[in-house]
Amino acid sequence: MFVSIKRIFRSGWQGLTRDGGMIVANIFIMVMAISVITSLFLFKDISQFLISSIQEKVDVSVYFKYEAAEEDVLKVKEAVAEIPEVKEVNYVSKEEALKNFTEKYGDDLVLMESLAEIGTNPFLASLGIKAFQAQQYEAVVSLLEGPQFDPLIEKIDYYERKPVIESIYNLTSNFNKAGIVFSIILVLAAVLVAFNAVRLSIYNSREEIKIQKLVGASNWFVRGPFLAQGVICGFFAAIFCLLLFALLTWGLNSKAELLFPGLGLFTFFTGNFWMIFLIQLLTGILLGIISSLTAVRRYLKV
Amino acid sequence: MVKFQNITKAYPPSTMALDNVSFEVEPKEFVCLVGKSGAGKTTLLKLLMAEEKPTGGRIFFDNQDVQKIKPKHLPEFRRKIGAVFQDYRLLSSKTAYENIAYAMEVIGASDEEIVRDVAEVLDIVGLTGKAHNFPAQLSGGERQRVAIARALIHRPEIILADEPTGNLDPYHTFDIIRLLLKINEFGTTIILSTHNREIINSLCKRTITLHEGKIIRDEKIGRFIL
Repeated sequence: MFVSIKRIFRSGWQGLTRDGGMIVANIFIMVMAISVITSLFLFKDISQFLISSIQEKVDVSVYFKYEAAEEDVLKVKEAVAEIPEVKEVNYVSKEEALKNFTEKYGDDLVLMESLAEIGTNPFLASLGIKAFQAQQYEAVVSLLEGPQFDPLIEKIDYYERKPVIESIYNLTSNFNKAGIVFSIILVLAAVLVAFNAVRLSIYNSREEIKIQKLVGASNWFVRGPFLAQGVICGFFAAIFCLLLFALLTWGLNSKAELLFPGLGLFTFFTGNFWMIFLIQLLTGILLGIISSLTAVRRYLKV
Repeated sequence: MVKFQNITKAYPPSTMALDNVSFEVEPKEFVCLVGKSGAGKTTLLKLLMAEEKPTGGRIFFDNQDVQKIKPKHLPEFRRKIGAVFQDYRLLSSKTAYENIAYAMEVIGASDEEIVRDVAEVLDIVGLTGKAHNFPAQLSGGERQRVAIARALIHRPEIILADEPTGNLDPYHTFDIIRLLLKINEFGTTIILSTHNREIINSLCKRTITLHEGKIIRDEKIGRFIL
């Protein structure tokens, strides 16, 4: 058994090294296929990062009547926080609202003078609510508009923001769907190209397969070296891809950071190093094995 | 040892390659098959190797019905046969040594046995100095000697030689025939298909003459008459 495996791998390796052009062509095609699949893996996570950073910016603000007592507002906050759809609730008191305003517009003399003329703090206490999904805001808002809380509430800015919130969520969910469809098409194309390359190189060996069968080789003894070649090509293609992506993510890291602050391409690559390597290795080896197996099968019927 | 029983082989649409052919080959016999191109010599050998199936009739090898051998047992069956072809059919990506060793690798011989036997067979066919040449680096005669070495290395019960001298000059032709005679002397059955008059007339061995798929002559000491 061990001797047969050794002979199969030796024969596969010899076949590859003695036909240098074939190994280079097969590895090159596999590198393309593995690159597509790795890019999709990276793209999925990067797009997820972008989508969540956009969604992070979406919220609904509830403004309370001027005379509403702080303890009542805090009770509302607690009630809202208990709603399962709510991801986060932030309370901004009247004083904090004034402080935020003066910090933001302290340099604007006209605004500051107008504020001084009023004499009192004109700002209302508010709750900033973030839900997990856009559709959930409707439920949160309807609870707040109920008889229990309505007398305390001055205004909910949900209806003004509704179209924007929905279009952001629609856009991101469409983006996700389009990404999945696009990924499937790309993966299929890449796999088919790699499959055909292996099939073509095995087609050239069909006479040799026939000779091996007539000499008395079993199907596995004939198939073995082709499988070994598939594994060897897949392995080298995966290693090459890993180096390629390490270089690419390292090189593009600072540019990506400029475009999307907080997006560390190289950090993401190193953080997911083993996952990426596993995906590349499995893609390469499986692609090599499956395409070799199916391509050899038709020539074994001698 | 080998028995062809009413063998018929037809290729669509209307070619009759073999028509009711029957004969037997005894162990250690040297049998020549002669006939013009298209007479059915190669078809007979292909049927014996189970490379093709007959349209009618039965073929027995060591009392085993060749047609009834299951595909998974075909490799074992073919290891009992050594085959030599006109176009050599060597593995182009392997050296002469590796081509010969391959026939031993498929039967699961150990590395030591392979090293010992390949060297011995290379010596018998006179190619020790060219062991590491690829087929493309060998002459026609040398390639055919590699093919014969591959056919005999695993000590098959029978060697089928299908026009092994078809591509060779007269000097190399008799070189190959001498080699086949030597192998036969060691006890291996040989079926030699040829259309070379001089070979048949000088061999003085049993000769079966085929014409348009039928046996027209089967003589103990044959002559080339077509």
